[in-house]
Amino acid sequence: MSLLDKDRIFTNLYGYQSWRLDAAMARGDWDNTKALLELGQDKIIDTIKASGLRGRGGAGFPTGTKWSFMPKEPKPDRPNFLVINADESEPGSCKDREIIRHDPHKLIEGALVAGFAMRARAAYIYIRGEYIREAEVLFAAVAEAYDKGLVGKNACGSGYDFDVFVHRGAGAYICGEETAMLESLEGKKGQPRLKPPFPAGAGLYGCPTTVNNVESIAVAPTILRRGAAWFSSFGAENNKGTKLFQISGHVNTPCVVEEAMSIPFRELIEKHCGGIRGGWDNLLAVIPGGSSVPLVPAKDIMDAPMDFDGLKAVGSGLGTAAVIVMDKSTDVVRAISRLSYFYKHESCGQCTPCREGTGWMWRVMERLRTGDAEIGEIDMLQQVTKQVEGHSICALGDAAAWPVQGLIRHFRPELERRIRERGGDTAPMQEAAE
Amino acid sequence: MPKVKVDGVEIEVPQGATVLQACELAGKEIPRFCYHERLSIAGNCRMCLVEVKPGPPKPQASCALPAAENQEIFTNTPMVKHAREGIMEFLLINHPLDCPICDQGGECDLQDQSVAYGRGHSRYDENKRAVTEKYMGPIVKTVMTRCIQCTRCIRFAEEVAGVEEIGAIYRGENMQITSYLEEAVTSELSGNVVDLCPVGALTSKPYAFEARPWELRKTLSIDVMDAVGTNIRLDSRGRQVLRCVPRVNDDVNEEWASDKTRHAVDGLVRKRLDRPYVRRDGKLHPATWDEAFAAIAAVDHGGSVAAVAGDLVDCETMFAAKALLKQFGSSLLEGRQTGMDYDTSSLAAVNFNTTIARTEEADAILLIGTNLRWEAPLVNTRIRKAIKKGAKVFAIGPETDLTYKVEWLGADLSVLGNLPERLTDVFGKAAKPMVIVGGGALKGAHGAALALADTLGLVKDGWNGFNVVHMAASRMGGLMLGYAQKAGIAATYDAKLVYFLGADECDFANFRGVKVYVGHHGDKGAHHADIILPGASYAEKSGTFVNIEGRVQRGERAVFPPGDAREDWTIFRALSETLGHTLPFDTLDELRAAMALDCPELATLGLKTFAWNSPSLGTTAQGVLEGYPIKDFYLTNAICRASPTMQRCSAELVHGESFAEAAE
Repeated sequence: MSLLDKDRIFTNLYGYQSWRLDAAMARGDWDNTKALLELGQDKIIDTIKASGLRGRGGAGFPTGTKWSFMPKEPKPDRPNFLVINADESEPGSCKDREIIRHDPHKLIEGALVAGFAMRARAAYIYIRGEYIREAEVLFAAVAEAYDKGLVGKNACGSGYDFDVFVHRGAGAYICGEETAMLESLEGKKGQPRLKPPFPAGAGLYGCPTTVNNVESIAVAPTILRRGAAWFSSFGAENNKGTKLFQISGHVNTPCVVEEAMSIPFRELIEKHCGGIRGGWDNLLAVIPGGSSVPLVPAKDIMDAPMDFDGLKAVGSGLGTAAVIVMDKSTDVVRAISRLSYFYKHESCGQCTPCREGTGWMWRVMERLRTGDAEIGEIDMLQQVTKQVEGHSICALGDAAAWPVQGLIRHFRPELERRIRERGGDTAPMQEAAE
Repeated sequence: MPKVKVDGVEIEVPQGATVLQACELAGKEIPRFCYHERLSIAGNCRMCLVEVKPGPPKPQASCALPAAENQEIFTNTPMVKHAREGIMEFLLINHPLDCPICDQGGECDLQDQSVAYGRGHSRYDENKRAVTEKYMGPIVKTVMTRCIQCTRCIRFAEEVAGVEEIGAIYRGENMQITSYLEEAVTSELSGNVVDLCPVGALTSKPYAFEARPWELRKTLSIDVMDAVGTNIRLDSRGRQVLRCVPRVNDDVNEEWASDKTRHAVDGLVRKRLDRPYVRRDGKLHPATWDEAFAAIAAVDHGGSVAAVAGDLVDCETMFAAKALLKQFGSSLLEGRQTGMDYDTSSLAAVNFNTTIARTEEADAILLIGTNLRWEAPLVNTRIRKAIKKGAKVFAIGPETDLTYKVEWLGADLSVLGNLPERLTDVFGKAAKPMVIVGGGALKGAHGAALALADTLGLVKDGWNGFNVVHMAASRMGGLMLGYAQKAGIAATYDAKLVYFLGADECDFANFRGVKVYVGHHGDKGAHHADIILPGASYAEKSGTFVNIEGRVQRGERAVFPPGDAREDWTIFRALSETLGHTLPFDTLDELRAAMALDCPELATLGLKTFAWNSPSLGTTAQGVLEGYPIKDFYLTNAICRASPTMQRCSAELVHGESFAEAAE
């Protein structure tokens, strides 16, 4: 059992058809959206809750529940806002890019439906700075929707006024963190805010705000059309629905594909990616959810279900479902060291553990890569990651610590081998006191 | 009032308190770097982590977490200990080990907290980060490699000083604090970032490498650079005051001080009068005290004797001079050197009645002819706080940058007789309206401003919104002691003998009598004097000062006056003996007792309130304000003018000169 074409939400994921409004409408987008809005706010939120949709940005928070936190009666001077996180910068992730490139109207329709459900005055789509063509598509698609009266005043003839703004980022990974995104939208330096207050209480310009991932928003209209039961018929309990998987690395045909949640890893790779390069025996490890989650060695991942709980059970996480496959030709220490460099480079510098810890971790990782270290430094590195994890303002500190922890957990023998081969296990040279 | 448990001890904390405040109430010390009571919460140093139940199974930043009912807070668990050790280690990995050459040494939060909460050794083997120095002006010296990015300086500049000129650029471990274009920070409060900086990244430039804190003798004193009466501590070594730092007084200066207050102290050892002089054949010649006294005794004034008080003198000096004049039957006393002659029959009409602290409560403010940023910088910060709570500010006078949004009503004072509707609308709705009259408007608009008390409803139960801002530390005390003539200073022009008590700002050409200068600096007053008696500066005597709001405060002596100079009141006491009219006090205590009899308000310290009793003056205001009384903030008195730091500030910040600096 795997996902049938008739059950795919993203029907133009590969861009075989035009992204333009007429083509999108032919595919069923914007089809009597007014009727969806006429369900009423509570019904929409209840449907999304019932569908079991969990946030697709990585943390997996139930989307319907998140929407229900928004004030039911916004004050005139404090409107509700929807912010859509299209700042997809996680190494390995490229699903939002495909959605915006080829199916932007799914996103815009989703913005209207979700925005209406949470009584938002407007949606801000914060798109990653490097997505230049994608931003052009999005700007054009929003303009099309305005021209046809689908958004703006009296959106879709529903009597509801709703604006959609597209805002381009400037290339900082941290602006994908929800509160840093709000700071950036407000024109400030993109640094995460302290929580509480949470955005639903005081977000963009101090107004109640919900920040959602592109995929979470884009699937909402289809869920409403086809019903919560349809959506929740896919995937294991607590991990419902379909999901865009982005498989990169050492598979024969890397791809982005929509699949049912909880699909076993082996099936996902065999069916869509033409298997592992060099066969399953050649598999070394997999980072199953984008760079922020710990890697999983081959034996653990092969038959793990690809969902939030299944990957948690093997000590990792689903994240954005950006599956990075590494075969045995990979220098796994170098791979993780490169990720450490990424986090060092992208740390905003606001809080101490992340600012100082990411650089330290990267420097030690670089030495471990060549074996220019001592055995004891592996334990020290482990302790440093523990000193960063859970001590920072946002999750970037955790995200920087986890890949290193995963490496030490699963590949400690490899680290020790490199040190020994370089001669680092000998007792330190005795030095006379000066 | 939520009840929380701190380490098992149940306490009740005020609504809205943070977990950190709750811990402090429970007597637990929470280490911190970025948190500061008077700044917004940043929560970025992560040093204040504590364990909180209920909550996620990780330590929480106590500075940013609201205390909630039934919360259990732990400050001494292994989790908290490890968290603190970890943060401390992170802060130190890129912090240079240059404590022996760092001016912060001995009063450094990082030093203290690493001893108390650190691990004692570092495991960091890599190279440390280095950061290039930034230029922040003549007051603040930067050694940015030491910076721990707590952002207190940024928050101070934005929130208190109101100049958005300090910020952070770059990301991650490359983040740097800078003044962006590396120009001097154009704030008269910039010196406060030196106190705020928890490490040695921002230190005092004039004080660089002068002393270690443990070598200094600390004396509690009162500042005289403006009329706010900033509470200060003078740190001295030997006979020299090396630095001046503010003390905490929430009623007056909170814990800030202006740059002038802090850094004019290097003027105390320059251009000092350290011996008496007597003018013979048109030139001043050094003399002994006896010769100088004899020269005064030789003046045949027949009772036509006057005293002009300068801006920096204490009440004791003014009272001693007043007592001496009384012996000769004269009460020709004046302190308003620049020719002001406003009515002083009611002190409430020339007082800052709202009080400095309650300025924060005002919801509508009208400034009349006052550049508060220069005349009373620490009142200006209070207005910023009032604005943050929603107050609206109007101003009459030439437009200038007051660091906040002001609705300007033009420079023509006659607008007071015909206030625009947008102002009366706001004041009509205001519960606590406030008018502040500056020295620039007292001449033409005092009566008109007083009339506003009725038309704008400034005075009501529990609120008096009529305020006058003076610029001289001696002013309120002088007015209380009777240093005011109906005709102003012109009344003293014809006196045959005039004592100038450190008066340097008047037009000396107008005085026809013999001029005796009793003061501490060789400034304008000394140049025009016939006889000079060297006195003591504010740091060299115990003196009583009354600030703009009528708060009587007393400072102590930090050092002794140089050379033959003496405390001023002893000069008058000795002189009176020579003149055959011995004053009836031999000690400072006796003088103060006599002063208390003369002016009961000066008997005790603290805020004096003057009964609201508005004099009836003409209510028409006329004249266009050409400018504000202070032309150069950094050079307003003899001490500043003698101070190289203040000269440098003036050249750079007021006159726009630029200074090249050699690298160290």
